Amino acid sequence: MEVGQMQRRLVDYTKSLFMEGFLDAQFLQLQQLQDESNPDFVVEVVSLFFDDSEKLLNDLTMALDQPNVDFKKVDAHVHQLKGSSSSIGAQRVKNACIAFRSFCEEQNIDATLRCLQQVKQEYYLVKNKLETMLRLEQQIVAAGGSIPMIELGF
Amino acid sequence: MSGNGASSSSLNMISGEDVVNNNLTALVVDDSPLLRLLHDIHLKKYGLKVQVAENGKVAVDLFHLGASFDLVLMDKEMPVMNGVEATKELRAMGVTSMIVGVTSKDGPGEQQAFMEAGLDYCFEKPLTPEIISILLEELNKHNKKD
Repeated sequence: MEVGQMQRRLVDYTKSLFMEGFLDAQFLQLQQLQDESNPDFVVEVVSLFFDDSEKLLNDLTMALDQPNVDFKKVDAHVHQLKGSSSSIGAQRVKNACIAFRSFCEEQNIDATLRCLQQVKQEYYLVKNKLETMLRLEQQIVAAGGSIPMIELGF
Repeated sequence: MSGNGASSSSLNMISGEDVVNNNLTALVVDDSPLLRLLHDIHLKKYGLKVQVAENGKVAVDLFHLGASFDLVLMDKEMPVMNGVEATKELRAMGVTSMIVGVTSKDGPGEQQAFMEAGLDYCFEKPLTPEIISILLEELNKHNKKD
């Protein structure tokens, strides 16, 4: 596949992530921070998000598996996950965390378990999407092309 | 500039102006490596020299050791020492740096309680380029007065 085709494919794919609500404008801000002095910034931030999220999801799974659930602890983990997902623009994960927190407040064990599943689902979906997008970028760079900037004018 | 709880709404909205300053220093205090990296790169883009700290105690210890910063970005929820406690300690030490709280959008009382600890401003995280520009304009004005 020639570079121009790969670039168009990346633009279309990235736009679809915004259209489907996986990403919001915060992600564009991250891309704008990447330059020659920080060429791997987006990959670094996304990797940190993956590491952070997987640890928090494990912590949440354990916390909700206790005979006496400490909802304050659960809420603290969700709060962190909401913060990091919001920071990279992972909109659907963020929104799932917002719903999760309201059920933590109610100390509703059934609802919080459902929310955990929802957050995990959204996380794994966006992780998959981001990995695909970053792979497309790597292919373009390997072929000698540059990463096109996405503009949210659609 | 007083460090005692000025409201975020009292900032002058100066838009469309790039502020690049090679003399300002900043401390990013956040337990999230992701947020530390994000704010670190953001501020460096504006020419600031940036250090990071993973919680309020590390930040306070830096000041005890004689470090000084023009700007402190202070997360609220952190282990060991949270942002409210750290801000109170820094103000009690006589620190006059601009301290800007960064919080998640939660209860209405969250920002108010944090402001009362001694913040200059409090914003939702992560800070946007527009907000950073505005803060740096305020810092530059403050430095010119000195």
